[in-house]
Amino acid sequence: MKFLKFFLIVIILFPSSSINADENDKRNKITKNLRCLICQGQSVYDSDSEFANSLKIVVDKKLQEGLSEDQIYEYFKTKYGEWILYDPGLNKNTYILWLLPILIFLIGGAIIYKSFIVKK
Amino acid sequence: MKNKILPFSVIIIFGIIFFIFYKGLEDSKIYIPDVNTKKEIPVFNTKEFFSRENVKSSSIFELDKFYILNIWSSWCVPCRQEHPFLMNLNLENKLNIIGMNYKDNLKNAENFLKELGNPYKEIFIDLDGTIAIEWGAYGVPESFLIYNNEIIKKYIGPLNQELIDEINLFIK
Repeated sequence: MKFLKFFLIVIILFPSSSINADENDKRNKITKNLRCLICQGQSVYDSDSEFANSLKIVVDKKLQEGLSEDQIYEYFKTKYGEWILYDPGLNKNTYILWLLPILIFLIGGAIIYKSFIVKK
Repeated sequence: MKNKILPFSVIIIFGIIFFIFYKGLEDSKIYIPDVNTKKEIPVFNTKEFFSRENVKSSSIFELDKFYILNIWSSWCVPCRQEHPFLMNLNLENKLNIIGMNYKDNLKNAENFLKELGNPYKEIFIDLDGTIAIEWGAYGVPESFLIYNNEIIKKYIGPLNQELIDEINLFIK
């Protein structure tokens, strides 16, 4: 009996709440990755400015239209340029940013290999 | 020999990191919009300011004519400064001025036009600011020079005599 109750509660509560949460999570994730252009050092998610509030509405609309996260980023990129994204793509201005950690990791690995493993 | 490689590579790595961060300091951290690229004007549906009837963007902008789209609001102080320039530009009658009323109280907006005059051939409403985003705008006032459904130039902030002269050069 207890098991049945538990099962019913799960069925009733789980689907509806998880769908709403999904939508909200997605919206928050996207707005956190969009820079509020008129504020300094704030994301659209953090800001309550006129511009940021309108942007949140647009993100909601685009999500309802069924656009994916990447499509929404692409949309804002064509409107405002790369600067609006906190997470920039790989291009000629950002390749150092992307490749440096890998390079440091490799060099570090080489040093460790040379000084510890070869010594043995 | 082995002892020298380690400090040497550490110095080089720190040198590279220092160089990158130092270069990063020079970059501007303020949004600088691209004002010169030609872009197609967006397609949108909205409401007309006086009649509150639905309008499509395609019916506002015709081909082979110059337009200025001016984003304004009654609460925006610089809009008051630029308004006389728009009035003058309208008197010259060389181009059509279209207004976009941005996130405004419509009564205040009507009073604003009564007080300072109406230079706009047509005005449409952007109540929640989403149409302004379609245009790539991020504040008021902002003006777009349009020809053949393309944005030729974007003016951010209030227009002044210098910019009006520049617009006149374009439409000559």
